[in-house]
Amino acid sequence: MTDRKTRLATVWLDGCSGCHMSLLDTDERLIEVAKRVDVVWGPLVDHKEFPADVDVTLVEGAISSVADLDRIKVVRARTGILVSLGDCAVTGNVPALRNRFGAGAVLRRAYLENETLDAQIPRQVVPELLPMARPVHEVVPVDVFVPGCPPSADLIFSVLSDLLEGKRPTPAAIFG
Amino acid sequence: MTKAPVRIKTLTIDGREVGAREDQTILDVARENHIFIPTLCDLPGLTAVGACRLCLVEVRGVNRLLPACVTAVAEGMEVSVSSERIDRYRRSILELLFAERNHVCSVCVTNGHCDLQSLALKLGMTHVHFPYQYPRLPVDASHERFVVDHNRCILCTRCVRVCDEIEGAHTWDVMSRGVDCRVITDLAEPWGKSESCTGCGKCVQVCPTGALSEKGKSVAEMSKRRQFLPYLTLMREARR
Repeated sequence: MTDRKTRLATVWLDGCSGCHMSLLDTDERLIEVAKRVDVVWGPLVDHKEFPADVDVTLVEGAISSVADLDRIKVVRARTGILVSLGDCAVTGNVPALRNRFGAGAVLRRAYLENETLDAQIPRQVVPELLPMARPVHEVVPVDVFVPGCPPSADLIFSVLSDLLEGKRPTPAAIFG
Repeated sequence: MTKAPVRIKTLTIDGREVGAREDQTILDVARENHIFIPTLCDLPGLTAVGACRLCLVEVRGVNRLLPACVTAVAEGMEVSVSSERIDRYRRSILELLFAERNHVCSVCVTNGHCDLQSLALKLGMTHVHFPYQYPRLPVDASHERFVVDHNRCILCTRCVRVCDEIEGAHTWDVMSRGVDCRVITDLAEPWGKSESCTGCGKCVQVCPTGALSEKGKSVAEMSKRRQFLPYLTLMREARR
């Protein structure tokens, strides 16, 4: 590795943020990681534009909306190593449970059937749902797969450590 | 009753010389010698049917791959149970199983106790290369104590065989072909209405996935108890 710090990004698409929580569960080991990376993007970053020349991006969540789809294409184009983090990114998992019923059924359930006051399906601001939630690799090429719901903190840390040392990890981890 | 003497055959598995009785299969011999061959439909005590194809092995001089669970040993046979080609095929079979129905491990009753899930880990399946099919399949909870969730079924037919061969009820069977294939109770009646089902629950215990489970079990709570099967088989053998 050169002296330059690894440019690390994390992206939160259609997931519950549990994978990000698991990343934070690496606890004090994050201090060591922080010395070696520049976190250039994450769910708490206020920037609207995903940065260029990112070395490693961890993606949590399935591709469920038009916004997810647009975002992952930009992320892929600007990322060296794209990591599918967790079952939603790797398999579709819970967000994909809706696939057999269609996006319309989900919207009706959420915005019409369970709403008593001025029930309406939003047509602005909230991004449009895709007909199906898909795992990341069905949309763009993915370099590393880290299954688990969520992947354990130890697993995430070992994957991150390998990546920071320039290695390409192939984690042996269980789905679910 | 006089029995014909059992002949012994000598063969090699991954270059290792092993001896076998002539009535044994490649899978039997491999297990006896602690050589791992992955299986899902096989369960000692039930008739082997070669449904899941995970035990495919290479036999020298045979072009196609053979299922070890239903292939009898032969003198001088040279078997490979692991190679780049076999491993690739086995992973593809697993991935097809995952893609064909809705196996959502994280919210499954057998999460952490599932043969399909643990085999995916063991065979190094990182993700599913095939497009998921997301079929719309029913869940039948009409039985008083048990549930069948077709989303998790891999059509191994362990339930069919244990019900027929061990319990003797033959409540379970299989209908239709290809992606429409399903396990059924009686003549595709709701399980709760089945007149032949004795409610013994053997099918639930031998099911490798979360397709059959006990009512009241939540995510990851359904572990299977299979100790009864070798016991019943042994007692039966002794009576013969």
